[in-house]
Amino acid sequence: MSKRLRVNPILCEAHGVCAELLPELIGLDPWGYPILAPGPVPPSLESLARRTVTSCPALALLLENSS
Amino acid sequence: MTGEMGELPRVLPPVPVRNLPAHEGRYGAPGLRGRALIGEVERSGLTGRGGAAYPAGKKLAAVRERAGLRGAVVIANGMESEPASAKDALLLARAPHLVLDGIALAAEATSARAAYLCVRRQAQADALAAAIAERGGYDPVPVQLALVSERYVSSAESSLVRYLSGGPALPGFTPPRPFERGVRGRPTLVSNVETLANLALISRRGARWFRSAGTASAPGTALVTVSGAVRRPGVYEIAFGTPLQDVLALAGGAGTGGVQAVLAGGYFGSWLPGRALGTPAAPDALRAAGTSFGAGIFLILPAAGCGLAETARVVRYLAGQGAGQCGPCLNGLPAIADALEQVAFGTGSGGRGAHGRALRGLRDLFGLVEGRGACHLPDGVARLAASALRVFADDLRSHERGPCLAARGRPVFAVPSGSGRASGSARAAGSGRAAGPAVAWEASA
Repeated sequence: MSKRLRVNPILCEAHGVCAELLPELIGLDPWGYPILAPGPVPPSLESLARRTVTSCPALALLLENSS
Repeated sequence: MTGEMGELPRVLPPVPVRNLPAHEGRYGAPGLRGRALIGEVERSGLTGRGGAAYPAGKKLAAVRERAGLRGAVVIANGMESEPASAKDALLLARAPHLVLDGIALAAEATSARAAYLCVRRQAQADALAAAIAERGGYDPVPVQLALVSERYVSSAESSLVRYLSGGPALPGFTPPRPFERGVRGRPTLVSNVETLANLALISRRGARWFRSAGTASAPGTALVTVSGAVRRPGVYEIAFGTPLQDVLALAGGAGTGGVQAVLAGGYFGSWLPGRALGTPAAPDALRAAGTSFGAGIFLILPAAGCGLAETARVVRYLAGQGAGQCGPCLNGLPAIADALEQVAFGTGSGGRGAHGRALRGLRDLFGLVEGRGACHLPDGVARLAASALRVFADDLRSHERGPCLAARGRPVFAVPSGSGRASGSARAAGSGRAAGPAVAWEASA
C-alpha cells in the first residue's frame, strides 16, 4: 500500500527539520512551515520518510496509508 | 395547520411559535422516525444549510452506522458566526420547537446518547432553555445548551467537537471527521439548526412534499440574509432556484443606481458581478457561476461602492479572527490583508510599483495559505480576495493612481471591528457583536 505524508498544522512549529532531512518531498514556505510535494511517497523514499517523521520535534509530521 | 405542496414559508413562521401547544397546533406531531426517517431524508434530497450543502441523509446514515454500543452524539449548530448572517438566530427565535424536534428526531435516528444545541448569545440561551424545559420528557435524550465563544472559527464543526470534549472552541485536525470520531471519540452528527428544522418537517410531510419547492438538483427552501444596498435588509425564506434579482426584490430591491456586484455566501463566499443577477439562488447554480450559496448570505454592493475597499475591510476582519494555531494562516492572512489594503487604499507614496508588487504578492500568498490550515479560514480568505481581483479587475487599474472616491467614503458593509472577538476566549457570549448586528434581523418574508 502506498504511503502519504501529512502535516498537522496545529502542532507544527516550523523547526524545519523535515525539510532538512527530506528535501526531495518537503520544502519550506517564507515563514518556515513545510510544503509537502503532492502525491504518494515513492517507495524508494519511504524509509527516509519514516525517519523524518520520527525526527519531527513537534510530532507534527505523519506518514499514513493512502486511501 | 400549514403544509400544502410548494407553499411558503416552511421553516420560518411569520410570527413566533414559542410554546409547545402552539407549535403542535401549527405543525402536528412528528411522523416518520428512526431508520425510516433517514431513508425519507435521503429521498428528499435535503442538504446542509450551514454552508457546505452536504447531503443530510448520507450524514445521518454514516453516524447511525458507527454508533455501536457507545452511542452517537448530535450537535445542533446555531453558532452563526458569519457576521453577515442572521437566519439561524431568527429561526431559533421564531420556531425553537421545530429545531428541538429536529434534534430529537436526529438523536433517535442516529442512536445518540447526548444532544447539544450550540449558540453564542446569552439571550438566545435563556430563551431556548425555557423552550427545552417546556418539553419535559418529550425527547429521547435531553438537549443540553452550550454557550460558545464568539470567534469566527468557533462555529466550525471540529471546534464544537473540541469544545464539547472539554477543550477550546478552536478547529481541530481532521480527518478523522466528527462523524467518524467526534465528541469524546463518539461518532458525532453536526448539523445546522435550519437543516434540523427541515428534518422535523420531512418527518411530518415526507420527501415528496419537501421536493414540491425548489429545483430537482436543489430541492426545498432556504433562509437567506440579504443586506447592503437594499431597501429592506433582513432574513427571507426562498425556494431554492429563485433568481437572485427576485431575492433582491423580496428585500425591497436595490437602491438607486443598481447593483454593482453581490458578495454571495458572506465573508466565506465570493463576488458575483451585478450582470449575473439572473443566476438562480441555489448551491449548484451559484457554484457554476463562480461563487457559492454558503449559508444563504447576499451582500449587495451598489454602483457607487468600491468592491476592493469592502473586500479589504472584510479580509482584515477575517485575518484577526484566526485561532492562531496554524503558521501559514497566522502569517499569511495578515499579509494578504496588508496587500489588499495597499491595492484598495494605497496612496502611492510607494508609487505604482507598490500597487503592482502588492498584486503580484497576493497571487503568491493565495497559494501559500490554501489548504494549509486545520480549518478552511485561509481557503475562504484566498477565495474571497481572488474573486475581488477578478470581478473588480477594472477598478484595479484605476486604483494604481490611488483610492477611488468610494474607497475614501463610508463603508457599505458593517464589518465588526473584531478586536473584542478575536482575543476573547470567554465562554459567555457577552453583549454580542462588536459593531452590533450587521443586519436588522427582525425583518422577514
